[in-house]
Amino acid sequence: MPIIEVNGLVKNYNGTPAAAGVTFHVNDGEVFGFLGPNGAGKTTTINILCTLLNSDSGTAVVNGFDCRREPHKVRSSIGLVFQEMTLDNELTAYENLKFHCYLYNMEKRHSEKKIEEMLEIVGLSDRKKDLVKNFSGGMKRRLEIARGLLHTPKVLFLDEPTLGLDPQTRSHVWEHILRLKGRIGNTVFLTTHYMEEAEVCDRIAIIDRGRVIACGAPAELKASVRGDIVRIKTSDDEAASLEIEKGFGISPVKTEQGISFTIEGGEPAERFIPRLFGRLTVGVVSVDVRKPSLEDVFIKLTGREIRDGSAQPQPRGR
Amino acid sequence: MFSYKAIYVIVLREFKRFFRQKGRLIVTMARPLIWLFIVGSGFTKLIDTSSDVHYMQFILPGIVGMTLLFSSMFSTISVVWDREFGFLREMLVSPVSRVAIVAGKLISGTALSVFQGAALLFVAPFLGLTIGPLDFLAMVLLMTLLALSITAFGLFVASFLTSLEGFNVIMNFIVLPMFFLSGSLYPVDSLPAPLKAVSFINPLSFGVDSFKHILLPGPGRLSAEFPLFVDVMFITVFSIAFTILSAYVFERKK
Repeated sequence: MPIIEVNGLVKNYNGTPAAAGVTFHVNDGEVFGFLGPNGAGKTTTINILCTLLNSDSGTAVVNGFDCRREPHKVRSSIGLVFQEMTLDNELTAYENLKFHCYLYNMEKRHSEKKIEEMLEIVGLSDRKKDLVKNFSGGMKRRLEIARGLLHTPKVLFLDEPTLGLDPQTRSHVWEHILRLKGRIGNTVFLTTHYMEEAEVCDRIAIIDRGRVIACGAPAELKASVRGDIVRIKTSDDEAASLEIEKGFGISPVKTEQGISFTIEGGEPAERFIPRLFGRLTVGVVSVDVRKPSLEDVFIKLTGREIRDGSAQPQPRGR
Repeated sequence: MFSYKAIYVIVLREFKRFFRQKGRLIVTMARPLIWLFIVGSGFTKLIDTSSDVHYMQFILPGIVGMTLLFSSMFSTISVVWDREFGFLREMLVSPVSRVAIVAGKLISGTALSVFQGAALLFVAPFLGLTIGPLDFLAMVLLMTLLALSITAFGLFVASFLTSLEGFNVIMNFIVLPMFFLSGSLYPVDSLPAPLKAVSFINPLSFGVDSFKHILLPGPGRLSAEFPLFVDVMFITVFSIAFTILSAYVFERKK
């Protein structure tokens, strides 16, 4: 049974559509990614799902509760990590979590244990009594993720969880997200414009100009575009070219470093390469395989590039 | 869900923040003393105090009122602060009702003000005023009422403001006239008619007047100007009205 069901969601801001009929569903327990360029409608959709915004039309159901009619029940079912920091800098890590426990009406004995456990998982146990204003960006993010999961929500929403963090911190934050998810078994719904992050998801929806233009597992989406790309350098590239053309019906193109071609028919490279090597009579100097990326999927569908990773990092944690 | 737990923790947070900001603590404690002893002693020379109330004694109720006014109005900055720094969203997206958030802010703003006002009362003996335990109790009750009315009013205004700069401009524009038209530094009766009209809708006028009933008993040119029950009634009605208004505005905002 889907834990999130969204149907024909429309939201206009002063006549400009931010969501223009968004439809998708998320299965219980999966990591679901919302991928798209800035301004595609990702945050608008997440705000509607979190009951911070009312849609103009369409329906959104989270954990069986309608976002418009039963906002309080939806709020009890979800945890949220926003794009911008929402910790209190003047409080300690422990106090921020404690505040959250009270807001979600958690039992006192239970909440103490839970706070310890969460701090442990995100590696902040030894900073428990430090004021949050002395934390680095990555530490604040980890604390927010721990807080978002403190009340064991059914769905954890992450709106651009690693925006503005350096690559190393980003992968570190991701480790924590996945480790927590493994422990709690909640559904994760995230928005991102980083390709590498979308790759981690079980399923993704690609959103552009307020519409979902593709939805499925990353591998599925990539398979729909084209085959793997092979670059090969041999002792005699011309002979190799001829052999490939004859043997597989693919005509490679000459490049600076040898020859290059796309494997057709959706055959994965790991199966194709041994076959190729079996056929070639010339010596192989080097071979390089590139999988099609989600970027290629987006380009195929829209004819444009997602400005991958180049978006201005926003100041965080003032 | 109207949760007393949520109200409790919102109040607790405001207290922690207040006592952790040492600078704010020093300023709030120093401001009334500066007014009382520097401004007060300067004016004492100019003002004919032929009545038995000394000018520095006369302004004590006003300075207590000023302390509550500043503290209550500026405690509502936390709403704007929380919005600007994102923390408000943490509360808005939780299952806690908006009314509980308003209640938490009201209680913390009022309590912090009364705490500061009560601390100031310990200056009274140095001005030659005696305050008995019953007077003190009466003052705490009246201060609570006044602080509540001003916090509710401040919360209502703050809920429309989205930036800290805007907050400072608007609040100073409201706070200073409220202070000068409250009978704190000179009797309301000495004001020209149009300004006097403003004093009559100013909760601080009635609050300070009620303090005069307790701190400066007896007849005289500088004593209380309205009956005590009028003071209490006006402030009560004002408090209820703005509590409802700010709860309403908060409930409707997303």
